[in-house]
Amino acid sequence: MESKLEKKEFNITVYTENQVGLLSRIAIIFSRRKLNIESLNTSPSEVESIHRFNIVINETEEVVRKVARQLEKQVEVLKVYYNTNEDVIWQELALYKVPTEIIAEHVSVERLLREYGARAVVIRKDYTVFETTGHREETDALVVVLQQYGLIEFVRSARVAIIKASDGFHTKLKQFENREPGEPAAENEYLNNGDKVFTM
Amino acid sequence: MQQKDALLMSSEEETATTVEQLKGSEILLNGLIAEGVDTIFGYPGGAIMPIYDALYDYQDRLKHILVRHEQGATHAAQGYARTSGKVGVVFATSGPGATNLITGLADAQIDSTPMVCITGQVFAHLLGTDAFQETDVINITTPVTKWNYQVTDASEIAEVLAKAFHIAKTGRPGPVLIDITKNAQIQLTAYHGYKKCNHIRSYRPTPIVRNSYIEQAAALINEAKKPFILFGQGVLLGNAEQEFKAFVEKTGIPAAWTILGAGAIPTDHPLNVGMLGMHGNYGPNVLTNECDVLIAIGMRFDDRVTGRLDKYAKQAKVIHLDIDPAEIDKNVKAHVPVWGDCKETLPLLTALVKENKHEEWLAKFNNYSKEEFAQCIDAEINPQSGELTMGEVINQLNQLTNGDAIIVTDVGQHQMVACRYAKFNHTRSNITSGGLGTMGFALPAAIGAKFGAPEKTVVAVIGDGGFQMTLQELGTIMQSGIDVKIMILNNQFLGMVRQWQELFHDRRYSFVDITSPDFVALAKSYYIDGKKISERAELKDALKTMLDHKGSYLLEVMVTKENNVFPMVPQGCSVSEIRLK
Ligand SMILES: Cc1cc2nc3c(=O)[nH]c(=O)nc-3n(C[C@H](O)[C@H](O)[C@H](O)COP(=O)(O)OP(=O)(O)OC[C@H]3O[C@@H](n4cnc5c(N)ncnc54)[C@H](O)[C@@H]3O)c2cc1C
Ligand SMILES: Cc1ncc(C[n+]2csc(CCOP(=O)(O)OP(=O)(O)O)c2C)c(N)n1
Ligand SMILES: [Mg+2]
Repeated sequence: MESKLEKKEFNITVYTENQVGLLSRIAIIFSRRKLNIESLNTSPSEVESIHRFNIVINETEEVVRKVARQLEKQVEVLKVYYNTNEDVIWQELALYKVPTEIIAEHVSVERLLREYGARAVVIRKDYTVFETTGHREETDALVVVLQQYGLIEFVRSARVAIIKASDGFHTKLKQFENREPGEPAAENEYLNNGDKVFTM
Repeated sequence: MQQKDALLMSSEEETATTVEQLKGSEILLNGLIAEGVDTIFGYPGGAIMPIYDALYDYQDRLKHILVRHEQGATHAAQGYARTSGKVGVVFATSGPGATNLITGLADAQIDSTPMVCITGQVFAHLLGTDAFQETDVINITTPVTKWNYQVTDASEIAEVLAKAFHIAKTGRPGPVLIDITKNAQIQLTAYHGYKKCNHIRSYRPTPIVRNSYIEQAAALINEAKKPFILFGQGVLLGNAEQEFKAFVEKTGIPAAWTILGAGAIPTDHPLNVGMLGMHGNYGPNVLTNECDVLIAIGMRFDDRVTGRLDKYAKQAKVIHLDIDPAEIDKNVKAHVPVWGDCKETLPLLTALVKENKHEEWLAKFNNYSKEEFAQCIDAEINPQSGELTMGEVINQLNQLTNGDAIIVTDVGQHQMVACRYAKFNHTRSNITSGGLGTMGFALPAAIGAKFGAPEKTVVAVIGDGGFQMTLQELGTIMQSGIDVKIMILNNQFLGMVRQWQELFHDRRYSFVDITSPDFVALAKSYYIDGKKISERAELKDALKTMLDHKGSYLLEVMVTKENNVFPMVPQGCSVSEIRLK
């Protein structure tokens, strides 16, 4: 059993309002503890008007839990979860730009496609762009291969992760509503202008 | 026309006939009045001029105190909030006006003081262009505010202000900043009246209390042989003094305070066993490591309170009552986390605990107290010869005020001495900068404290160093005519730093020797009366003169130069390793 004091990758999922300035409010909770954010992705969530951050850090559970609570107490943050890699399905997307002539000369495109699950996104006379999605090790492995063939440009996206055990946020919100009934949220439409104004 | 009806009308009709058109600045001031604000501490400038222009017509309803530096406005607002329990309000202009707020915001953030700061900002179309006096206030203040928001359109102002007040004062209180671009202040917009905010969907200030934890806590308390209560500012912030007293008295458990919790029950209450922490009392520190159940109520186990954490109350089961889940398990692991507003959780707990007395255990505290008195307190408050000590000044002050005054302290040795020896019969009467330890806090905070509690005597206890950090606020005192008593305890040193240099840096006094102007003459130049004394024989009369004086007064007391504050838990040591000398 891994200890709470052992550092490992944690996937932090943050459900928030979509507001200007929130990104920096979230980021400083990590930077003030001098924690490095390995990966950060923001996107819409399954609930309309609610935003979702996926943040990856390499830390002990003890610290991650404290950070999660400090994140959750920010006014515009609805809910924070943290999970180990085993608890989530995660993917990163990578793009590779290589000179078409070299590729054509030295390697068969088909072999690459098969071995690394890569897909050609663009094939031009001067260059070809491949795409893969997968775990870090997988996308990294292809970099090593393509380096030999004149890799021009490489970029990898932030991680997106789905929590295996999660029923989604709709359910969670309902639970909150039941557990913590509040005033009907008719006021402050300007600030709470989501479609479904719910209380928690 | 009724507000409700106005809202139901179509927008064309609205603009055509009925709905009032107001400027953003007027909407702001109406909102402040609706929130019950009576006093604003501020300083004008270019980007906030439209608001000041509107204020000109609101002087009968809103009192504005012109400070001498925006930092002073924040501390005054803090003092006001701490004594009145209301939200402190600050106005400042953009750029340098706004950056001058940072220290006060940081102080209010760490000490959970409810405050709403309004800053002016350059026109919205100039944002990001390095316009004159433009500074990115939102990003600069993000780490030191509970919430902040930039308004660029007048139609946002009412809702944002309502939200700001709601956030500042609910849950764990804190400072909020609203930055309003100049165009939004000037802009005319439809005004539908001001509606207070009582709900934000992503913000749950008052957690639901889980009864299982209350039951577990009560069971632990009922079984305990040596239970010990630590109480902090949360009791004051929750207005739970009565509930707290009922709990303490029913359980008969000895209770000790953090400096921000002082006064939640009177100093002389038989179950009040004294102050916790680095310069706290002997018994509470030593017995922290002997109790079997530790009940922390509205306190956050600050490192000045706990000393070395791995040797802190390891033998005890810990019950932590706190409203902020991020505080639970942050520094000290709680066996029973009673998450909630202590105003709500304390009565639930009181209902389940047995009436009890812990006489033997309480006697232990009293024995330590006797030892502490003999070994360090007596010499500090009753010296028979030599120069005056800070402790005897505070002790004498107690006798004259009967513990009914509000004591505002700055930061340093005099702060610790005042917290240790001043008597607090009432809640909200120890106003000090705890978490940030901001020198320069006391003078402006005392001004605000008096506005917040006009019927009280307010005494600011300040060091010779700290006074020189915000002494320009003497001008605010002069102009507003407010009555605060200023007591400078002059040891001719940055005493607290000198003490550490003496004890931990081989007496290498590196830049702690500070000279002072003629403080009394300085006060007089602001038309404030004053006196300087250095003799024991003069002390009582001088204090009486100060307290009886009509209006503000400055008393400078020359005290012994190289006194140290004891007891002391040296840095890196356990609370039970507290030194008496
Ligand atoms: C030079 C210097 C020396 C110092 N030495 C000492 C010392 O010896 N002893 C000492 O005690 N302090 C000392 N301090 C102060 C110390 O740094 C902390 O500021 C102080 O201990 C904090 O007290 P607190 O935890 O009660 O208050 P806060 O920091 O205000 O914390 C309040 C807690 O109560 C919670 N709360 C708020 N509202 C509620 C509610 N309604 N219900 C339940 N919980 C609530 C909050 O979430 C928070 O956890 C010193 C400061 C300085 C500058
Ligand atoms: C703004 C600020 N700067 C520096 C410090 C560090 N500091 C803490 S106590 C102290 C000495 C205070 O001296 P004085 O005001 O004379 O009070 P004394 O300790 O002598 O009573 C200093 C410099 C501080 N707390 N705040
Ligand atoms: Mg001094």
